Amino acid sequence: MSALEVALQGMAGTLSIDVSFRAAATPLLLVGPNGAGKTQTLMMILGAARPRRGRVTLDGAPLFDDERGLDLPVEQRRIGFVPQRYALFPHLDVLSNVGYGIAAPSRAERRRMARALLRELDAESLAERRPAELSGGETQRVALARALASRPRALLLDEPLAALDVSLRRDMRRFLAERLRAWALPTVVVTHDRADAEALDGEVVVLEAGAVVQRGRLAELAAQPATAFVKQLVSGPDR
Amino acid sequence: MSAAPPTGRRAPWRRTVLAIVWPGAVGLLSALLLLLVALPLAGLLFSASPRQLLAGLGDPLVVPALRLTIFTTTVSLLVILICGTPLGWVIARRTSGGSGAGRAGKVWRVLETVVELPVVLPPAVAGVALLLAFGRRGLLGPGLAAAGIGLPFTCAAVVVAQTFVAAPFYLQAAVAAFRRLDPDLILVARTLGASRPRVLFTVAIPVSWPSLAGGAAMSWARALGEFGATLMFAGNMSGRTQTLPLAIYTALESDLRTAQSLSILLVAVAFALLVAIRAGARR
Repeated sequence: MSALEVALQGMAGTLSIDVSFRAAATPLLLVGPNGAGKTQTLMMILGAARPRRGRVTLDGAPLFDDERGLDLPVEQRRIGFVPQRYALFPHLDVLSNVGYGIAAPSRAERRRMARALLRELDAESLAERRPAELSGGETQRVALARALASRPRALLLDEPLAALDVSLRRDMRRFLAERLRAWALPTVVVTHDRADAEALDGEVVVLEAGAVVQRGRLAELAAQPATAFVKQLVSGPDR
Repeated sequence: MSAAPPTGRRAPWRRTVLAIVWPGAVGLLSALLLLLVALPLAGLLFSASPRQLLAGLGDPLVVPALRLTIFTTTVSLLVILICGTPLGWVIARRTSGGSGAGRAGKVWRVLETVVELPVVLPPAVAGVALLLAFGRRGLLGPGLAAAGIGLPFTCAAVVVAQTFVAAPFYLQAAVAAFRRLDPDLILVARTLGASRPRVLFTVAIPVSWPSLAGGAAMSWARALGEFGATLMFAGNMSGRTQTLPLAIYTALESDLRTAQSLSILLVAVAFALLVAIRAGARR
């Protein structure tokens, strides 16, 4: 069974973070106010920030384990990452962006595989374009295709819809939910938004000031909100 | 109840005077500085006939100095690029974001200041400093002598002097460019399996390329004009250590026209290379 298991304690500036969850077939939604430590949690999972204590395991294999002194470098963890502003490589066209992480025996083969990934995300027509020429929604599709290109065993998405126009957000939300179901990778999605949590339909973990204050399905959170933030979240408007 | 006179209002005559005097003053002061810069350039270009200038280029000083200048500045620029790019990368990475806060970040910041110091160092001071480091009685002098190496007053000394004074210009540009890089670009590249060197060569350098090229051009221009430190540390021997600026100085003692021809040649070489680098950076 494919799963990403996280149990970490660490510092982000002056904020101490203590978080644990398990992401498997359905997306795990990491929710919380600004400054709660959501992005920093992703950084620790990716290996870009060093936790003080804890474990991260992927499909049973440890990526980080302080007791064993194990700390795999970022490039060996095989976790796909889509940052909030997508961070496409501005000097490469779309096809080369997607091809960057593909290990293929030849350039032609790499380009063929990149094209196939773009097709899967309905973005094949963008192959020759530059990132600066893409709309928000197009950029997001390319960033997703690029993250999948290195055949990751888990996926981290940092506020994947926040940079999009409200009108676009609804379509992309549906699109994302459908694709994540199809890929069935352990996925962590950071979000602010009740509608995201509803559409992606996974377990919600609420982080406040670095600590998990509540976890469960959205309906369970709605029935008994533990904090003011959760209350606001579950009654929040669709955006 | 006496109202205070409204402040900020001027008498009409004062406004009129200001309206005449102010544009005049601005124009006069600007023109003075413009003339000071433009007149010497005009003198350089127009005070002799093309035939006189061509004759000046026939001087036996010219060809060796030109050859040596192109050779030494190319070598020093290569040294600056090859060593300065990784150094700029390390300094930028160690002094920004989360890693810049600790003690290690401070050490790298101090190091950055030290390496960039030659920008404000007078060339004469640079010459003395180089002699005190690599000269026969300098810090490394005995060691170099034991190895059979005498650095001062050789062609290599020219390269060392140029690198010393010119490297900071490239380094400053490289550090600034690498600091401006979106950290997410680097992180994403690594999540895609890229090693640290691959991230530097396939993401950081290409994305920062325009700024790096600009810094390289500044460095190269500084090396090309290098005079004081070279004169003190490498000497002024035709064919061995006499670069174009030194040849100009030598020619000035005998023949002003030769010095003028050489000066125009130097300006032309610098201008051509700057245009080439700019064009390369824009591509």
